[in-house]
Amino acid sequence: MSVHIRDYPGIPLKDRDIGEGRVLTTEWHVKAQYAWDTGAALSRFFRALKEGKIYGRWCPGCDRIVVPPRMFCEWCFRPTVRWVEVCDTGRVNTFSVSYVNWDASRSAVPRVPAVIELDGASPGMGIMHLLGEVGDTLEEILRRVKVGMPVRAVWKPPAERQGAITDILYFAPCRDEGATEPGGCGCGGAVGADRAAPTTSGTDACGCGGGEG
Amino acid sequence: MRVAIVGVGATPLRSLSTCASFRELVYEAAVRAYEDAGIAPKDVDTFVAVSEDYWEGTAIFDEYVPDQLGAVLKPVHTICADGITALGAAVMQLQTGRFRIAVVEGHAKPSNVLYPSHIEAFALDPVFVRPLGLNPRFVAGLGMRRFLAERDYTELDCARVVAQNRRHALDNPWAAHPAAVEPEDVLASEPLAEPLKELDVAPYADGAVVLVLATEEVARELRDDPVFIRGIGWAQDTPDLGQQDWGRAVYCELAAARAYRMAGIRDPVRELDLAEVDDTFSYKELQHLEALGLARPGDAAAMLKEGFFSRCGQLPVNPSGGNLGAGYLLDASGLRQVAEVVWQLRGEAGACQVPGAEVGLAQSWRGIPTAAGAVAVLAR
Ligand SMILES: [Zn+2]
Repeated sequence: MSVHIRDYPGIPLKDRDIGEGRVLTTEWHVKAQYAWDTGAALSRFFRALKEGKIYGRWCPGCDRIVVPPRMFCEWCFRPTVRWVEVCDTGRVNTFSVSYVNWDASRSAVPRVPAVIELDGASPGMGIMHLLGEVGDTLEEILRRVKVGMPVRAVWKPPAERQGAITDILYFAPCRDEGATEPGGCGCGGAVGADRAAPTTSGTDACGCGGGEG
Repeated sequence: MRVAIVGVGATPLRSLSTCASFRELVYEAAVRAYEDAGIAPKDVDTFVAVSEDYWEGTAIFDEYVPDQLGAVLKPVHTICADGITALGAAVMQLQTGRFRIAVVEGHAKPSNVLYPSHIEAFALDPVFVRPLGLNPRFVAGLGMRRFLAERDYTELDCARVVAQNRRHALDNPWAAHPAAVEPEDVLASEPLAEPLKELDVAPYADGAVVLVLATEEVARELRDDPVFIRGIGWAQDTPDLGQQDWGRAVYCELAAARAYRMAGIRDPVRELDLAEVDDTFSYKELQHLEALGLARPGDAAAMLKEGFFSRCGQLPVNPSGGNLGAGYLLDASGLRQVAEVVWQLRGEAGACQVPGAEVGLAQSWRGIPTAAGAVAVLAR
């Protein structure tokens, strides 16, 4: 078992052997750069983020609102047919407390990645983001963050938004932490499809009706 | 067990595809393929996709394959190879008897890759070749030089390939790069890696191709005119640029021998009605024609000049326009070739139609710096 070996045979390679060119090395910086077309669905999604709005698409086959939006439903394979504005509030599906920096050093203040299921979207439609205003230590974070906890988006000031997912700085606990029922978040925002709103549990969950942008 | 192609779907090929994400492109091709086959994605038992992480810009790209194919929570097999090799993988899966319907997908969005030459350079050997710091197009220059020298062909012979294929593409509404180009225009174009010039190179295109395959029994239930994959083969030479056979496309000779044997083809010139042959670089078409046994070594250029391989010639080659005229779709190119052959054999190739085509061949090459390729023989 390697754990019992004190001295490995051979001469270990040191950083300076590479730095001083004592061993053959080769270095290459690949110019792997891309300009991805976001396409019909995500273009509109990102444009709306600039206005502080979150859009999904409604699938008539499954009667569900998918966020982030896509022009087709990966379940029933029909085209999604309607834009639906959903809330910028939701619930924590799951979260983690990330301590490890890119170089494997420990962060002084951990970050809290989370899956947020947005109010107004169908169940299970979560987006990846960060939680904020939840404390600076593990103990504090674990005390304040719970699976299922209601949260709201904290946006960048409008002038600083770029049409990117980072236009939302993070999700913070809803001020009224007593709001535990879906729709109780008090967002009061414009949600739902235009005209004949598709009735889905997701849309109604938030309790707000409203027009499409 | 025989396997047939029962559905073909593609997007039009274009230099840019800014209005659609790769997902939306693939979805369009997939919907067309499923409608063509008269199936829904739920009927599909297994999916095979081709992708190359560095062309996509995402590591472990296979994770992104399922949604736009309707393959969520189904068996998906993503491989890093050219499209016809993927077709072979799907054929083998069906021949296990465990699956009835298989789907093959390939797409390309080279317009989203800001420095394609740098991606190709990253494919070169990191210790022996990359340190030389050359634009990877030199690999095609080396291949062209040696091939021309061995055969006594000229740059003009290669230029005629370009002129013919881009002119063929004028009749193909799917093609991205149709043009009335004269051989002299090719000779006068910008030198890249001499003797290779700019117009000798197939320009990139964006697009997606999806094929639906089925076992014979299922295929006959689905449609009256399934196109059978009668033979298929693939082979790969050493990656060592110092040791490849530059004058011949040995990978193609071996792949063809296997495909012909499976298909029972003894005299391909007489038995084939058309061929879609890799022409990613002009000289490659001539080299591949010889490797496929469609021209004797040293005869390909003269036969092409005489019109033997034109759309109204004795053996039409690249009636669609080939990669030079339709556009180079990276690893999806082989699937485009197969789609074109299927349309030909069904009589659905429109203005590109070769009258009465019954047996066709598609041959792909994985591009520089590889020496890998595949061949499929298709017939009604
Ligand atoms: Zn659906």
